[in-house]
Parts: sequence; structure tokens; C-alpha cells
Amino acid sequence: MADTVAGASPDHHVSGDDPNRRDFIHIATGVAAAGIVGGLAWPFIDQMNPAGDTLALASIEFDLGKVVEGQQVVVKWRGKPLFVRNRTAKEIQEAIKGDGADLRDPATDESRHKAGKAQWLILVGTCTHLGCVPTFGGGEYGGWFCPCHGSVYDTSGRIRKGPAPKNLEVPDYSFLSDTKVKVG
Amino acid sequence: MSGHSTYEPKSGLEKWLDSRLPILRFTNDTIITFPTPKNLNYWWTFGGILALMLGIQIVSGIVLAMHYVPHVDMAFNSVQRIKRDVNFGWLIQGMHANGASMFFLAVYVHIFRNLYYGSYKAPREVLWLLGCVIYLLMIGTAFFGYVLPWGQMSFHGAVVITNLIGALPVVGHSITTWLWGGFAVDDPTLNRFFSLHYLLPFMIAGVVALHIWALHVPGNNNPTGVNVTSASDTVPFHPYYTVKDGFAISVFLILYATFVFYLPDALGDAANYIKANPLVTPQHIVPEWYLLPFYAILRAVPNKLMGVIAMGGAIASIFVLPWLDTSKVRSMRYRPTMRLYYFIFVLDCIVLGFCGAHSPDDPVFPISVSLQLLDANLNSFVWLSRIAALFYFVYFWVITPLMGLTETPLPVPETISSPVLSHPAATPAGAAASPEKRG
Repeated sequence: MADTVAGASPDHHVSGDDPNRRDFIHIATGVAAAGIVGGLAWPFIDQMNPAGDTLALASIEFDLGKVVEGQQVVVKWRGKPLFVRNRTAKEIQEAIKGDGADLRDPATDESRHKAGKAQWLILVGTCTHLGCVPTFGGGEYGGWFCPCHGSVYDTSGRIRKGPAPKNLEVPDYSFLSDTKVKVG
Repeated sequence: MSGHSTYEPKSGLEKWLDSRLPILRFTNDTIITFPTPKNLNYWWTFGGILALMLGIQIVSGIVLAMHYVPHVDMAFNSVQRIKRDVNFGWLIQGMHANGASMFFLAVYVHIFRNLYYGSYKAPREVLWLLGCVIYLLMIGTAFFGYVLPWGQMSFHGAVVITNLIGALPVVGHSITTWLWGGFAVDDPTLNRFFSLHYLLPFMIAGVVALHIWALHVPGNNNPTGVNVTSASDTVPFHPYYTVKDGFAISVFLILYATFVFYLPDALGDAANYIKANPLVTPQHIVPEWYLLPFYAILRAVPNKLMGVIAMGGAIASIFVLPWLDTSKVRSMRYRPTMRLYYFIFVLDCIVLGFCGAHSPDDPVFPISVSLQLLDANLNSFVWLSRIAALFYFVYFWVITPLMGLTETPLPVPETISSPVLSHPAATPAGAAASPEKRG
């Protein structure tokens, strides 16, 4: 044991004469390794995010002429259902009446459609609870009813009852003409 | 691994190999001479059954991957093609799909045996934690695998489960998009789930190796829960437990074969024979039976985020059990009061599974009398699951710590042999070690 210590200490002094060179190699290797790990971690994480072609397919155009008043057409957009609903005057009246109710996710009916286009309601058709597709016209508010866990939406797509935390999402869209919209 | 090897290389080749790669010594010490408590009952055979099930799932899965196509347009048809056109595809697919259920059945027996005999207690906490990790990996593998046939239940199950992560504040939405690789469950999602479904079983195999390593350090627990004190408490693993495990495996395989050959779809959902349609959700979404208790806990909580936390907490409670249990007595044979709570807990898990399979608002009892309390109908599965979920947590966090401090256990035998030897017709202790010499 004493031999080992005696043998080790002169060694330590020899290397102690020039500690910087060895330290530099240790630190440089450590930094390079950390750099490689860090630099590769992000590409390997980010590769799972939506790819370029997935993002490129992200917008669609839709002709509103297909939707009769009082009905809804379901279009596939970004892999999800999109509700395009042509509301009746009565449904719009009920939606506006709902503005004053005690809402879980407060929003006026006006904020959920484009100005002057109250009849057209365009919503992402996935329940904000766990992503099921609510059924048209169901529930006591005449909007939508989610069969999975019983969320009830009104004719403005606002959550009124059940476990869902938010209103049905309004996607980014714009009117290209009176009868044509571009979603996404 | 037990530290005292009895292996003696006989031939020159064995000696040569032993000094280079002592693999025969390792095999001998692990599964031939490994000293095993002599009183293990049939509840201890499920470890071997689980190892077999993992092997069956890996082999049948590798074969299925040769015929399966992970693409949204072709996945559903490729699974149907395996069942109808691929030679013996019906058999291999049936073995794999029902094998998952059998795997979970065996793991639940294995876990509940642990709970009853206190096998998770010191010095086996790491063994227990590794087992919990295996169980988590199994849940992940089963979930990814269930998505692959791309039926209605596959698709909407994937939608619901990935949306659970969306309940997390701030980052939830970005994480779901990252998991999906798009804006919904779609082709990129199916592809990565296939990749992960192929990967995870090999990770399970790796953790199983650690699990067995951790088992062989303290050795097996046993029905009395008392430590092995001398060689007379043990018998060599072979032939005693190779034969006992072999017999149990044979019986288990009969049950497995009954499902594969006579009831191949009994444990599945009919909705999964409809190709996935993102625009229509099935009326009633349920996971496979082995995840129903956790699904019931999720739905018992009216708030989305809190429901996810409760479900995570239900699994986390299993992990920390060794540190919740204050009792020094391992086996519930000597804990009559705790044993009663244990059986209620087993029943509770079954009730939770039952709740998970039913619509939350369905009545539990078919009676017309409504059990209305304010605006809640107590005669509904959602209320039954609330009560059952509450007991689930109370068992882990209140009953388990308190019982260890307050109960009076029955007298525990000093050694494994003493309950046997107190019997007048018992053979001398030395005789127990000799019969294996004949084999």
C-alpha cells in the first residue's frame, strides 16, 4: 500500500508540472462529446414533427354551394373532420341568445363567424375533450353532441355541458368569393 | 449470480470454454442448481409463463411484420390478408392478438401474487421497480400494437389516448402534434407506432434480464414470506421448478389455445373490423380489457387534466408501494386483517374494469328507482367508478401504511421448514436435498 502511494505521488508531481495540456484534452473531449450529443438530439427529436409535404397539404378550398341551409357538410382537412354548417335563421337567433348564458369558454357568436357571414359556421369537427367527432344536430342546444363522453355544443359550437373544456375550434379561413372559402 | 457457483466443468472443451466465456457456468447457476425455496406454490409459476409469452409475442410479431404494411390505405387490408390468404396467417395473427391478452392475464396474476406475499418488500424493491417498468413498457407496446390493424377502434383509440397528452398545460398541444407527425392521427403516426411496436418488446426483454438478475441476488420470496435460513429450506431449480413451471405452462397453454382456436375474436371489439374512418367516431370507445381499470379512473374525474393525473397516479402508486408498506411481515398469510383489505382491493380492480367497459351514464342496477343526489344519479357507472377509484387510492396511500402500524400479525414461523417439520410425519431435514440426485 505504502509503495503504491510512494510511487503515485512523484507521478502526480511530474504531471503537475504541465497540468494544462492534459486538462485541455479532457475538457476538449468532453465539450466535443456534449456538442455532438446536443447537436444530434434536436434533429432526432424534430424529425417527428410534421414533415414539409404534410405542412404543404395543410390548406384546402371548399365550395359552399354544396351546403343546403340547415345542413352540414363534413370535409377532411389535415386528417381531421371539418364542419361546414349552413345555419338557419332560427339557429343563428339561438346562438346569439346563448351569448348571455354562463359559458365555460366565453365567446360571442359574432366572434365565431366572419363578419356578415352569420349563416356560415366553419369549425374543426373534433371534440375538445378527447378528439371524437360530435354528431350534427344532437344535444339539447341543437348544435352537436359527442357520443364518447357526452359533451354538448350549441349552434355556435360552444361547449355547454359535459367534460370538454373548450369550444369547437374555429380554423383559420377566408372567403375567396361569396361561395368559396380557403381553410388553413 | 448467487455468488457461490457449484459448476464443475467435466470435459476438456467445457474447461476451455469456462476459462474464456463462462456461459455454461452461468446457465448452470441460474436455472439448474439455483437454490429455490422448497415451498413455492403454483402462483410462482407465472414468471416462467410470462417469459414464454414474451417469446411467443416476439416470434409471432416478427413473422407478422413480414406481411404487414404500415400505411393508412393498406394496413387494414394487409391484416385481413394475413388472416385469409397468408399461409397459416390466421394462426400466427390469432396467436399474436390473443397472446397480448394472455400476456396481460399472466402479468396481473404475477403482480397480485406479489402483493399478497409481500414480495416487493426489502430486499426486493429494485426487483419490484423493474417489474413496474416492464408493465409500463407492456402497456405502451400493447397500445401501439392495437393501432396497427387500423380499424375504427384502433384509430379512435389512438386519437383519444394521444389527446390525453393534450391535457397538459402549455406544451400539451405541441407534444401531440409532435407525436402525430401531423395535425391528426394519420400515416406518419401509423408508421412511427409500427416502428415503436417493433422496438419496445426488445426493451422489455432487456429489462426482463435485469429483473431476473435482481431476482437472483436475494433469491425468491416464498408463501411464508420468511427468509431462507439454510440449505434445507431450498431445492435446486432443476428439476423441481422446471417441472412445476412446465406443468403450469401446459395448463396455461390450454387456455391460450382455447382462445386462439375457438374464440379468436372474443377479446377484441367488433368495431375493429371496420376500416378506420376519421370522420365517424364509433358510438362507444373502449380500450382492450386489460386497460379498462385505468380507463375507468380516467373517466371518473370530470376534469380532463385531473383525470389524466389520476390515471397516471394510479400507475405511480404501484411503483412506490414498497415505501408505502410499513409492515415487516411479508406474507398476508399472517396478516388476517390486511388480507381482507387485499381481497377487497382485488375485487375493486375488477369493478373498475367493469366500469371502464360501460358507458358512464348507464345504470349499474336495472331498477327504475333513481338514486338522485342533487344533480347526480348515483345508479350510474361513473359514480361506481368514482367510489372504486377512491378505494384504489385509499388502499395504497391510507390502508397499506396504517395497517402495518396498527395490526397484530399472527405468529410467523421461524424458518420455511418449521411449519412443515412440526407435522409428525415429516421427513428429516437432510432427506429433502437428496431426491434430485436421481435426475
